[in-house]
Amino acid sequence: MELKYYRYFAKQYPLTVVGTLIILIIGLVALVAPLISPHDPLQLHLADRLLPPGHTYILGTDEMGRDLFSRIIYGSRLSLAAGVGIVSIAGIFGTVLGSVSGFLGGKTDLIIMRLMDIMLAFPSLVLALALSAALGPNFRNSILAVAVVKIPVYVRLVRGQTLSVKEKHFVKAAQTFGASKVWIISRHIIPNCLAPVMVQATLGIGEAILIAAALSFIGLGAQPPAAEWGAMVSMGRTYLLDQWWYATFPGIAIFITVVGFNLFGDGVRDLLDPRFRH
Amino acid sequence: MNTSKFVAKRLGQLVLVLLGVTLVTFLVSHVVPGDPARMLIGQRADEQTLAAMRHAMGLDKPVWIQYLNYLWGLIHGDLGTSIRTQRPVLNELLSFFPATVELTLFAMGFAVSIGILLGLLSATFRDTLTDHATRILAILGVSTPLFWLGLMALLLFYKYLGWLPGSGRLDPLINPPTHITGLYVVDSLISGDWIALKSSILHLILPSLCLGYIQLATIARLVRASMIEVLELDYIKTALANGIPRSRIIYRHALRNALIPTVTIIGLTFGELLGGAILTETIFAWPGMGKFVVDSISFLDFPAIMGFTLVVATVYVLINMVVDLLYPILDPQIKGVH
Repeated sequence: MELKYYRYFAKQYPLTVVGTLIILIIGLVALVAPLISPHDPLQLHLADRLLPPGHTYILGTDEMGRDLFSRIIYGSRLSLAAGVGIVSIAGIFGTVLGSVSGFLGGKTDLIIMRLMDIMLAFPSLVLALALSAALGPNFRNSILAVAVVKIPVYVRLVRGQTLSVKEKHFVKAAQTFGASKVWIISRHIIPNCLAPVMVQATLGIGEAILIAAALSFIGLGAQPPAAEWGAMVSMGRTYLLDQWWYATFPGIAIFITVVGFNLFGDGVRDLLDPRFRH
Repeated sequence: MNTSKFVAKRLGQLVLVLLGVTLVTFLVSHVVPGDPARMLIGQRADEQTLAAMRHAMGLDKPVWIQYLNYLWGLIHGDLGTSIRTQRPVLNELLSFFPATVELTLFAMGFAVSIGILLGLLSATFRDTLTDHATRILAILGVSTPLFWLGLMALLLFYKYLGWLPGSGRLDPLINPPTHITGLYVVDSLISGDWIALKSSILHLILPSLCLGYIQLATIARLVRASMIEVLELDYIKTALANGIPRSRIIYRHALRNALIPTVTIIGLTFGELLGGAILTETIFAWPGMGKFVVDSISFLDFPAIMGFTLVVATVYVLINMVVDLLYPILDPQIKGVH
């Protein structure tokens, strides 16, 4: 019975299945990275610098003779952490701010929403760049910077949701019983806003990974010799015309991961939002 | 509400948003870093120099006075001095501005024209191969790291095929056209400099197609959705029932209404393009503001980074205001709503 259901699902939403598989595989790779990497990602092999893909080093080596394949395997940990970390931080802060803004209304609402409008006046990458430069260039700060930039998306979403939830009878009832605002927001409002937040977060992981990688590429995220995909493409750029593999493979890793999350996110949205169902 | 009132209200909002933008850049440059003075003069400076620097920057004053000083400077066009080049940041940005404008305009033109065409095709041939292909193209588009796409384009079209130049705005041996607008294509057209025109167009192709490709997908999906919505409306059904040919209905009746929401997206797309220009310009050694800011990063040239942020946000806000003002002209229904 169950198998039949899965088969039906796979036929109906083939792209979602592909996306889910990609995420599962990359998640697994990140989990067992030390077991499957043929080499240490940071180990220098100075005699084997910039070797093309071959027998010993499947995807070649970088300018210090480090194994690219092992570095890409380890890189999955950083990119997954970046993607999930960014949407989690932005989602949590956005949910709290949005529910408070929508529930309290009045001046609080006005101030929070105008602040969000102002943040949206900056292109994402530009504000993320300025913030992570101000915080200081490292991996953790780049994630924080992108998360802050993404907060307004969740604030707007949750505020809208809150405005409709707070008119519901169960909220009115709780108010009549004298429940505190904090109680109502945390026990009634937020739980009823979580589904759209989860969809938005899932859809946002791909973009989050891309922005974090872009920051690393321009030198504001993970610093060398960290095995981070964006930073690896950046280093490989110097050798692009003679050692094509160096910049190419880490980029493919980013691409496949983000495709996976975007396919998966689209599927989740289609499933939960009947408007998008075919 | 009549049009002049709407414009006045919108201009009022513009001033507020721009003030807000300066507040954000102020907070990011003066409050977020633990010590802006240290950021400016580096880690090795001694306490005495540091204190003098703090005083010179006004960092020993209350925050709101610092903000007023900052605003006062901005009003007088003072964006600080670049640490790397030792020149005023505003002058630097102005000299790189036309190159960025030229690149984003070409990317925009490409993304909008092909995006609308693809959206239209997939809406009219819904659930066919064309539609599915566009959907997959859209997903790939939003999933491609722009910096990597640029490098791959360089490898293919510059190194292996040798069809297109890989860096800069002109061949090194060609003199730039007479400076009129700063956009090489426009300037060389005006001055009739055909050699410069050919070279500048060839140099634009790779960076602008890469930059535009990412946005193309978004536009195509939006036009598709909007077109499908319009095609379901009663007046289209009436037109069909009256026996008007389908192609005529699509291009004469539906398209005009379907494109209205697209205009808003074009405003927003500009922001993405200006952000993307940071990466594209770096890869194609395109001498614009984006390359300038990336070059500044390795020197931790904070005034340059913040000046860039402020200028880009201002341009983005202005473009979106123009789009908002255009909206009631395109869609008479909107007038009463604002």
